[in-house]
Order: sequence, then C-alpha cells, then structure tokens
Amino acid sequence: MKTQKYNYGTAILSAFEYLLENYKETFVIGQGLWSPWYVGNSMTDLDKKFGKDRVIDTPVSESATTGAAVGASLAGMKPIVVHPRMDFMLYAMDAIVNQAAKWSHMFGGQAHPGVTIRSIINRGGEQGAQHSQALHAWFAHVPGLRVVMPSTVADARDLLIASVLCKDPVIYIDDRWLYEQEAYLPPIVELDLKDQKPQISLEGTDVTIVASGHSSYLVRKAGEKLKTLNISPEIIDVRILNPLYIYDIIKSVKKTRKLVVVDPGSISSGFSAELIAKVVENIEVNCLTSPPVRIALPDAPAPSASTLEKEYYTSVEDIVTKVQKLF
Amino acid sequence: MLNKLFSPTEFNDLISIKGQDIKNIKKFLHLMLLIRKTEQLLASAKKSGIIRGPVHLGVGQEAIAVGISQNLKKTDRVFGGHRSHAHLLTLNADFYRLFAEVLGKETGFSKGMGGSMHLFDQSNGFYGSTPIVAGTISLAVGAALAAKLQNSKDIGVSYIGDGAVEEGVVHECFNLAKVLKLPVLFVIENNLFASHMHISLRQPSETTSRFAEANCMPYKLLDGNDVVTVFQNSKELIDNLRNGGGPAILELITYRWYGHVDWREDIDVGVARSMEDIKNWKARDPIHRLSQSMIHSKIWTKEEENELSNKIDTEIQIAWDKAMNDPYPSKDSILKFVYSNN
Repeated sequence: MKTQKYNYGTAILSAFEYLLENYKETFVIGQGLWSPWYVGNSMTDLDKKFGKDRVIDTPVSESATTGAAVGASLAGMKPIVVHPRMDFMLYAMDAIVNQAAKWSHMFGGQAHPGVTIRSIINRGGEQGAQHSQALHAWFAHVPGLRVVMPSTVADARDLLIASVLCKDPVIYIDDRWLYEQEAYLPPIVELDLKDQKPQISLEGTDVTIVASGHSSYLVRKAGEKLKTLNISPEIIDVRILNPLYIYDIIKSVKKTRKLVVVDPGSISSGFSAELIAKVVENIEVNCLTSPPVRIALPDAPAPSASTLEKEYYTSVEDIVTKVQKLF
Repeated sequence: MLNKLFSPTEFNDLISIKGQDIKNIKKFLHLMLLIRKTEQLLASAKKSGIIRGPVHLGVGQEAIAVGISQNLKKTDRVFGGHRSHAHLLTLNADFYRLFAEVLGKETGFSKGMGGSMHLFDQSNGFYGSTPIVAGTISLAVGAALAAKLQNSKDIGVSYIGDGAVEEGVVHECFNLAKVLKLPVLFVIENNLFASHMHISLRQPSETTSRFAEANCMPYKLLDGNDVVTVFQNSKELIDNLRNGGGPAILELITYRWYGHVDWREDIDVGVARSMEDIKNWKARDPIHRLSQSMIHSKIWTKEEENELSNKIDTEIQIAWDKAMNDPYPSKDSILKFVYSNN
C-alpha cells in the first residue's frame, strides 16, 4: 500500500483537507484560523484553499462561536470549532455541556448536534496556568459527549475525520507536545467513531500501563526503556475517553496483574481514577499483585518558570522509575 | 416613565386592523385564544398537582409569537427558552402533543424526555427550547450561519427575554451575527421581569434594544400586545433578513399575567410587582383588544367569539384527557437517547 510521511500536525491538516474537499457541509470556525500563530502547522493555508466562508476566523467570542457551531450542526452542517488553547474553551461550557451534550436526550433522540470541538493542550513554554490545562476528565464526565484524545500520527488524522463524520458532539483534544512525531500513513479510510476502542500499543506480560494523549506518547517511550530492564509492559492507549470501552483493559490487567495509569491532567478526581475504578470493580480482589499506581500532574496549576515546569510535568524517567518499583 | 410603552395604563385601546386581511386577523384571534386556553389549563393542572414539573406560562404575551410566526416558513430555524409554549404552538398548534410533553408522556413533542422546558418540533421550524437563560441564542446564530452557507433564504429566530441581555453571550452573539452578516432575528420579549426582579433593579435603562445601536443593527421597539403591529413590523425586518440585510433586533414590550413559574401571580415574591399593575396590564390584553376591535369593525360578533371559545374549550379538554391516558417513556429511554444509534 502506498504510504505518505506525516507528522502529527500535518496529519491533522490532511484530515481538514479531506473533510473540506469531500463534505461540502463541513466548515471550520474559531480564533486564529487566518493566522499561523495559534495552531502550529495543523491548519496552514486552509482559508486560502477552501475560502474564508468555510474557514472562519472569528471575534474573540468562544461562547457564541461554539454555540453557533452547535446550532449549525442542528441545521445539517458538520462544523468543527477550534479552540487554540483548551483554557479559552471554558467560556463555552454552556454550549458544550448544557446544550450540545444533552440535545439528543432532552428531545427523545430526534436531533443530534454533530459538532466537533477541537481544543489544543498547549503545555510548557513558560505559558503558565491559563494556557496549558488538560481538562479532558471534565468532558469525559458529561454523558452525551464523545471525548477523543489521539496520541499517534495516524489517530490525529483518522480520529479527526471520524469525529466530524460522527452524529454526536465530539470533543477532540490534541496536544502541541505531540506535533513532532512522524509516521508513514496509508491512504485515508473512514472509521466509525462508535467502533473505536483502546489500542494495545505494545503487547506484554508483566504490567498493564494505560494512558491517554501526550501521556501515551511518554508511556511508549518508557516502554522501550523498560524492555531493556527486562520488564515487559503491555501498553494501552485509551484514545476514546467517553464512552469508555473498558473490557480490553480489564482483560490485560487480568493477564499482567499489575496496573499503572498515566494521565496528562491533574491527579485528584481525574481520569486516572476512573480508569482504576472501572478496572478494580471488575476483577477479583486478589487479582492484583500490587496496588494500582497513578501517575499524573500535581494538584496545582501549571507553573511558568521553566525550572518548575520540569518538576511539574511527568517525564519518561518518572514513569520508568515508578514502574520499576513494582518489581 | 420615559417611554409610554412601559406604562401599564397606556396602549389599552382597540388594535388598528384597518387594511388588514380579515382571514389573517381571525387566524390571529383563534391562535391567541387557543394558546391562552392551553396555558390556562396547564395553570390549573399545575395548581391541582396533576402536573409535577415547572411550567413557565406566557399568558398575556400571546401576540408576539402569533404575529411573528405568520411571517415564518417551516424551513426557518426557531429557538426558544423556558417560556416557549407559544413559540411552538404558533408554528404547530398541536396542543395535544404539548400536553403530553408537559405530562412526560412518550407521545409528547420531545417524546416525554423534555417536559415544558425542553420542546422540539424541528419539522415545523421549531428547533428547540431550553431553559438556560440565553442558552439557545448562539444556536440560532449558528442555524442562521448554516442557512447562509447553504445559500437558502431561511432565517434563524432567537426568542429571548429582557433578563437574557444581562448574559454575556448575548452580546457576543449580537456582534458575531453582525460581523458575519447572518440572517437572524433576535426577538426580545421584554415583560419587565426576570424571575422576581423588575428591570429597573437590573439595568440602567428599560429599553433592551439599546444594544442594537451598539451593534449597528436595525431594530424596532413596539407594543408586544398588538398582534397587528408585531405582524407588520416583524414582516419588514424578516423580509430584509431574507434579502441578506443582516441581523436585526425586535423588542416587544409585554407583561405576563402569572408569576415567573406556575400559576401564582407572584405579588409577594415579585420585587416591584403589584396587583394594581397586573390589573392594568390585563386591560392591555392582546386578545380582548383585538376582539373588541373586530367587533367594532363588524367583522366579528360576540356570538362568534363565544362559539369559538367553546369549541376550543372542548378540543383542548379532549386532548388533555387523551394525553393523560398516554404511556410514559419506556425505562430504556434513560440510556437510549444519550447518543445517536445507541
């Protein structure tokens, strides 16, 4: 099969191009879309190629813009809203949580807002507390939303397309720290988002390590190191946080009898807790040979100083060290 | 009182129907009566405890939705809020399905999943109403954006109240709709109260259409209890919208006879809501002023009105009884509507 080289950012760009070329009801709306500043290489020249009517840069109005995309989706369009920082999207919570997430249920399944809301986690770079949050767990807590966190180049492209083609409201979360990854991808095949499940990135026998988004990337790196230390990890990338398909993760834990969860958000009441709870309530009491481990960010906002950032964010070494302690 | 429109003792004379299509005028009266009787039945059923959920009644405000909807098509995109029974019934006068919905029955407009505050009838242009104040205004803007991208002549209509302009998103929407030149009509039903609070306690001016000037939008400020005025002026704004003229604001001054929610008059909890005002506003009744005008012009008689009134009473009672006997949604409804194709 003919493959083409992408990085995570150009993979997203190719998904946009595919959607705008093949689905006339697709349009993109958000801040910074006519500027190269905000979204890396993931949207370069889309406005020039597809026109400013379909790639709409907006006033500084996250709430109106997101709600407008929800409304447009109810009127037959397939809109994609872009929030260049996840933090900015908090102004749009009513449109997302009260309106989009509940629309189908409130009206007895007679209408579905098939809107995709892309938000970008932009950690690091001394940007501090309000430009770097990973709030995926909030959205995964809301019934009616589908929450997608691609960690690979292939998923960045294919899950964006699947999200936009899905009839339900989707929160698609990408992470700027993933953009440098490269991969050769086959031509696009449309996927049904409903059928997507956690993916086993590496098969192993000694410990199950589950992660999402940027944490999955770190875990894959940690996995290479662990193998050299004679530990065989089974690595699972969650990909779709809501609705969560847990069965393959349970199956893996039953095999390895050890569970480590790595999450890119802060630790308390986070997504790591949900993963562990769902696994633990579905296994025998004596299944695990050591207590489950959570690795996530401290319960503090992101600091600005680079020295503090280094301390605050999870590293590959952190994961390797904590996994090693289980043996 | 700077503007007479806000005075309960002004605008209580006969409604001018000169030069109007008699068929239209009769239709207006019929629809307003039907909506009022439907809501009055809901009030009494709420009072007696048959209805359990909250009902936000718009008795006294019927002329607004009736006048505007006469200019709408089934392909337009109308969004409402917590007080939207009339917005829906003017597009589809199926009071039976409204009763069923308020009672939580699966035959209701929202299959019994919404109740009074979450109404849906998209095939007749009613895209949905939800009770977060100003929660659907951005959706109406988006539906108008879709109409523009689809090259259709359809418009978005957003019904909000005077309280909604205190929400930030409303101003984002005014600005966004204007910048993108979207065909959306913002209807502000100014009934002077947000829940219990009078507008004078909430805003520096009673006129919410002042925000139209800030956003360079055409607007009209009118007596919302005059169905002919509402019909004619909304037609002018809507025609302009369909021809690509960009968004507009229509502010209509009105008054609700009941309190914020359910059947009580809320004089005790209403800040600046007096029995005297309610009495005067009832004399500004959109229905009585129209029917008196019709009788005065000899296109209508008291007998005809009694006959119509009795006919509607019978019809809504039959519909109510039927809805009462309808089934509730099945238990699997809790999960099956969360996502599409579940």
